[in-house]
Amino acid sequence: MKTIATAILLACLSPVLSAADGAKAGQAMPKLSQLLPGASIPSTSGKVVLVDFWASWCGPCKQSFPALNQLQSKYGSKGLVIIGIGVDDEAAKYKAFADNMKVSFPVAHDSGHQAAAFFNPPSMPSSYLVDRKGTIRYVHTGFRGDKTVAEYTTEIEALLAEGK
Amino acid sequence: MKTPFVLTLAAALVCLSSCADQLVRVKPYERGNLAKPVMSDSLDPLLKTMTEHAYFSREASSGGGGVGGGGCGCN
Repeated sequence: MKTIATAILLACLSPVLSAADGAKAGQAMPKLSQLLPGASIPSTSGKVVLVDFWASWCGPCKQSFPALNQLQSKYGSKGLVIIGIGVDDEAAKYKAFADNMKVSFPVAHDSGHQAAAFFNPPSMPSSYLVDRKGTIRYVHTGFRGDKTVAEYTTEIEALLAEGK
Repeated sequence: MKTPFVLTLAAALVCLSSCADQLVRVKPYERGNLAKPVMSDSLDPLLKTMTEHAYFSREASSGGGGVGGGGCGCN
Protein backbone atom coordinates (compact mmCIF):
# COMPACT_ATOMS: atom_id res chain seq x y z
CA MET A 1 0.00 0.00 0.00
CA LYS A 2 2.78 2.37 0.99
CA THR A 3 4.70 1.58 -2.19
CA ILE A 4 1.67 2.32 -4.32
CA ALA A 5 1.05 5.55 -2.45
CA THR A 6 4.68 6.63 -2.90
CA ALA A 7 4.60 5.73 -6.58
CA ILE A 8 1.42 7.75 -7.16
CA LEU A 9 2.85 10.73 -5.31
CA LEU A 10 6.11 10.64 -7.27
CA ALA A 11 4.26 10.28 -10.55
CA CYS A 12 2.16 13.31 -9.70
CA LEU A 13 5.04 15.42 -8.49
CA SER A 14 7.52 14.63 -11.27
CA PRO A 15 5.97 16.98 -13.88
CA VAL A 16 5.86 19.77 -11.31
CA LEU A 17 9.41 19.23 -10.16
CA SER A 18 10.85 18.87 -13.63
CA ALA A 19 9.01 21.86 -15.06
CA ALA A 20 11.54 23.97 -16.94
CA ASP A 21 10.91 27.66 -16.44
CA GLY A 22 13.32 28.75 -19.11
CA ALA A 23 15.61 31.75 -19.13
CA LYS A 24 14.61 34.62 -16.88
CA ALA A 25 15.87 38.14 -16.21
CA GLY A 26 18.77 38.06 -13.78
CA GLN A 27 20.05 34.75 -15.06
CA ALA A 28 23.46 34.38 -16.72
CA MET A 29 23.42 34.08 -20.48
CA PRO A 30 24.59 30.62 -21.60
CA LYS A 31 27.22 30.14 -24.29
CA LEU A 32 25.26 30.16 -27.52
CA SER A 33 28.03 28.36 -29.36
CA GLN A 34 27.37 25.33 -27.14
CA LEU A 35 23.63 25.44 -27.68
CA LEU A 36 24.01 25.98 -31.42
CA PRO A 37 26.84 23.72 -32.53
CA GLY A 38 28.06 24.51 -36.01
CA ALA A 39 26.53 27.99 -36.12
CA SER A 40 28.78 31.01 -36.53
CA ILE A 41 28.06 33.08 -33.45
CA PRO A 42 29.85 36.44 -33.19
CA SER A 43 31.86 37.38 -30.12
CA THR A 44 29.57 38.80 -27.46
CA SER A 45 31.99 39.47 -24.64
CA GLY A 46 31.58 42.98 -23.26
CA LYS A 47 28.70 43.69 -25.62
CA VAL A 48 24.99 44.22 -25.21
CA VAL A 49 23.30 41.24 -26.85
CA LEU A 50 19.77 40.83 -28.12
CA VAL A 51 18.88 37.18 -28.67
CA ASP A 52 15.73 36.92 -30.74
CA PHE A 53 13.81 33.68 -31.29
CA TRP A 54 11.83 33.66 -34.52
CA ALA A 55 10.20 31.32 -37.01
CA SER A 56 9.16 31.68 -40.63
CA TRP A 57 5.58 30.71 -39.78
CA CYS A 58 5.23 33.46 -37.19
CA GLY A 59 3.59 36.67 -38.43
CA PRO A 60 4.86 39.05 -35.72
CA CYS A 61 8.39 37.77 -36.33
CA LYS A 62 8.10 39.01 -39.89
CA GLN A 63 7.05 42.43 -38.62
CA SER A 64 9.91 42.55 -36.15
CA PHE A 65 12.76 42.08 -38.63
CA PRO A 66 12.80 45.56 -40.18
CA ALA A 67 12.89 47.01 -36.66
CA LEU A 68 15.71 44.68 -35.62
CA ASN A 69 17.64 45.62 -38.77
CA GLN A 70 17.24 49.27 -37.85
CA LEU A 71 18.37 48.68 -34.27
CA GLN A 72 21.41 46.81 -35.56
CA SER A 73 22.40 49.64 -37.90
CA LYS A 74 21.79 52.28 -35.23
CA TYR A 75 23.48 50.63 -32.26
CA GLY A 76 25.77 48.03 -33.85
CA SER A 77 28.76 50.37 -33.82
CA LYS A 78 28.06 51.29 -30.19
CA GLY A 79 28.30 47.73 -28.91
CA LEU A 80 24.98 46.00 -29.68
CA VAL A 81 24.98 42.50 -31.13
CA ILE A 82 21.69 41.05 -32.33
CA ILE A 83 21.56 37.29 -32.80
CA GLY A 84 18.48 35.82 -34.44
CA ILE A 85 17.74 32.19 -33.70
CA GLY A 86 15.38 30.53 -36.17
CA VAL A 87 13.46 27.56 -34.80
CA ASP A 88 12.01 26.29 -38.07
CA ASP A 89 11.91 22.54 -38.52
CA GLU A 90 12.78 22.88 -42.19
CA ALA A 91 16.15 24.40 -43.05
CA ALA A 92 14.89 25.58 -46.45
CA LYS A 93 12.11 27.66 -44.90
CA TYR A 94 14.52 29.11 -42.35
CA LYS A 95 16.93 30.15 -45.08
CA ALA A 96 14.25 31.51 -47.41
CA PHE A 97 12.78 33.63 -44.61
CA ALA A 98 16.19 35.00 -43.57
CA ASP A 99 16.97 35.83 -47.20
CA ASN A 100 13.62 37.54 -47.78
CA MET A 101 13.99 39.65 -44.66
CA LYS A 102 17.46 40.85 -45.77
CA VAL A 103 18.78 40.27 -42.28
CA SER A 104 21.66 42.56 -41.38
CA PHE A 105 22.62 40.70 -38.20
CA PRO A 106 23.85 37.14 -37.56
CA VAL A 107 21.22 34.42 -37.58
CA ALA A 108 21.52 30.79 -36.59
CA HIS A 109 19.31 27.79 -37.22
CA ASP A 110 18.30 25.97 -34.06
CA SER A 111 17.38 22.83 -35.96
CA GLY A 112 17.53 20.57 -32.91
CA HIS A 113 15.70 23.10 -30.69
CA GLN A 114 18.54 22.93 -28.17
CA ALA A 115 18.69 26.66 -27.64
CA ALA A 116 14.88 26.95 -27.64
CA ALA A 117 14.63 24.19 -25.05
CA PHE A 118 17.07 26.04 -22.81
CA PHE A 119 15.51 29.49 -23.14
CA ASN A 120 11.97 28.06 -23.36
CA PRO A 121 10.57 31.18 -25.07
CA PRO A 122 7.01 31.71 -23.86
CA SER A 123 5.79 32.90 -27.25
CA MET A 124 7.02 33.61 -30.75
CA PRO A 125 8.85 35.88 -31.14
CA SER A 126 10.61 36.13 -27.80
CA SER A 127 13.79 38.05 -27.20
CA TYR A 128 16.33 38.30 -24.43
CA LEU A 129 18.34 41.45 -23.83
CA VAL A 130 21.69 40.76 -22.20
CA ASP A 131 23.97 43.35 -20.59
CA ARG A 132 27.71 43.71 -21.11
CA LYS A 133 28.43 41.41 -18.17
CA GLY A 134 26.46 38.57 -19.71
CA THR A 135 23.35 38.74 -17.54
CA ILE A 136 19.89 38.54 -19.05
CA ARG A 137 18.21 41.79 -18.09
CA TYR A 138 14.99 41.97 -20.07
CA VAL A 139 12.72 39.39 -21.66
CA HIS A 140 10.33 40.44 -24.42
CA THR A 141 7.46 38.27 -25.55
CA GLY A 142 5.72 38.98 -28.83
CA PHE A 143 6.23 42.01 -31.05
CA ARG A 144 3.81 44.93 -30.78
CA GLY A 145 5.23 47.34 -33.35
CA ASP A 146 6.28 50.79 -32.18
CA LYS A 147 5.59 49.97 -28.54
CA THR A 148 8.12 47.14 -28.53
CA VAL A 149 10.63 49.19 -30.56
CA ALA A 150 10.37 52.02 -28.03
CA GLU A 151 11.00 49.56 -25.19
CA TYR A 152 13.98 48.06 -27.04
CA THR A 153 15.43 51.51 -27.68
CA THR A 154 15.13 52.64 -24.06
CA GLU A 155 16.56 49.42 -22.68
CA ILE A 156 19.38 49.12 -25.22
CA GLU A 157 20.48 52.71 -24.64
CA ALA A 158 20.46 52.17 -20.87
CA LEU A 159 22.48 48.94 -21.16
CA LEU A 160 24.96 50.48 -23.58
CA ALA A 161 25.47 53.39 -21.19
CA GLU A 162 26.15 51.02 -18.28
CA GLY A 163 29.43 49.81 -19.71
CA LYS A 164 30.89 53.26 -20.24
CA MET B 1 -5.79 1.32 5.87
CA LYS B 2 -8.30 3.72 4.49
CA THR B 3 -6.77 6.96 5.75
CA PRO B 4 -3.45 6.74 3.82
CA PHE B 5 -5.35 5.91 0.66
CA VAL B 6 -7.64 8.90 1.08
CA LEU B 7 -4.67 11.10 1.88
CA THR B 8 -2.81 9.86 -1.20
CA LEU B 9 -5.85 10.44 -3.35
CA ALA B 10 -6.23 13.96 -1.99
CA ALA B 11 -2.53 14.69 -2.57
CA ALA B 12 -2.76 13.26 -6.08
CA LEU B 13 -5.73 15.47 -6.90
CA VAL B 14 -3.95 18.57 -5.64
CA CYS B 15 -0.77 17.74 -7.55
CA LEU B 16 -2.55 16.83 -10.76
CA SER B 17 -4.60 20.00 -10.74
CA SER B 18 -1.43 22.07 -10.35
CA CYS B 19 0.42 20.30 -13.16
CA ALA B 20 -2.23 20.87 -15.81
CA ASP B 21 0.09 23.38 -17.51
CA GLN B 22 2.81 20.78 -17.76
CA LEU B 23 0.52 18.49 -19.69
CA VAL B 24 0.51 20.90 -22.62
CA ARG B 25 3.45 19.49 -24.46
CA VAL B 26 3.54 21.62 -27.61
CA LYS B 27 5.86 24.53 -26.93
CA PRO B 28 5.42 27.85 -28.74
CA TYR B 29 8.51 27.16 -30.84
CA GLU B 30 7.15 23.78 -31.91
CA ARG B 31 3.98 25.11 -33.48
CA GLY B 32 5.23 25.24 -37.05
CA ASN B 33 2.88 22.48 -38.15
CA LEU B 34 -0.08 23.99 -36.31
CA ALA B 35 0.52 27.29 -38.10
CA LYS B 36 0.24 25.73 -41.56
CA PRO B 37 -2.74 26.89 -43.62
CA VAL B 38 -4.03 23.32 -43.84
CA MET B 39 -4.60 23.40 -40.07
CA SER B 40 -6.99 26.32 -40.43
CA ASP B 41 -10.67 25.69 -39.82
CA SER B 42 -11.57 27.83 -42.81
CA LEU B 43 -9.86 26.26 -45.81
CA ASP B 44 -12.82 27.20 -47.99
CA PRO B 45 -13.90 30.79 -47.27
CA LEU B 46 -17.18 30.35 -49.21
CA LEU B 47 -18.14 27.26 -47.25
CA LYS B 48 -17.26 29.02 -44.00
CA THR B 49 -19.41 32.03 -44.92
CA MET B 50 -22.36 29.81 -45.80
CA THR B 51 -21.98 27.79 -42.60
CA GLU B 52 -21.85 30.95 -40.52
CA HIS B 53 -24.88 32.30 -42.34
CA ALA B 54 -26.84 29.11 -41.62
CA TYR B 55 -25.73 29.20 -38.01
CA PHE B 56 -26.74 32.84 -37.66
CA SER B 57 -30.14 32.11 -39.21
CA ARG B 58 -30.80 29.29 -36.78
CA GLU B 59 -29.39 30.85 -33.66
CA ALA B 60 -30.38 34.48 -34.38
CA SER B 61 -26.92 35.60 -33.35
CA SER B 62 -23.49 35.79 -34.86
CA GLY B 63 -19.92 36.03 -33.70
CA GLY B 64 -18.14 34.21 -30.95
CA GLY B 65 -17.04 31.52 -33.35
CA GLY B 66 -13.31 32.06 -32.99
CA VAL B 67 -10.76 31.53 -30.29
CA GLY B 68 -7.43 33.14 -29.54
CA GLY B 69 -4.13 31.38 -30.05
CA GLY B 70 -4.99 29.53 -33.22
CA GLY B 71 -1.61 27.89 -33.48
CA CYS B 72 0.89 30.60 -34.27
CA GLY B 73 1.80 30.90 -30.61
CA CYS B 74 2.47 34.56 -31.19
CA ASN B 75 0.79 35.86 -28.09
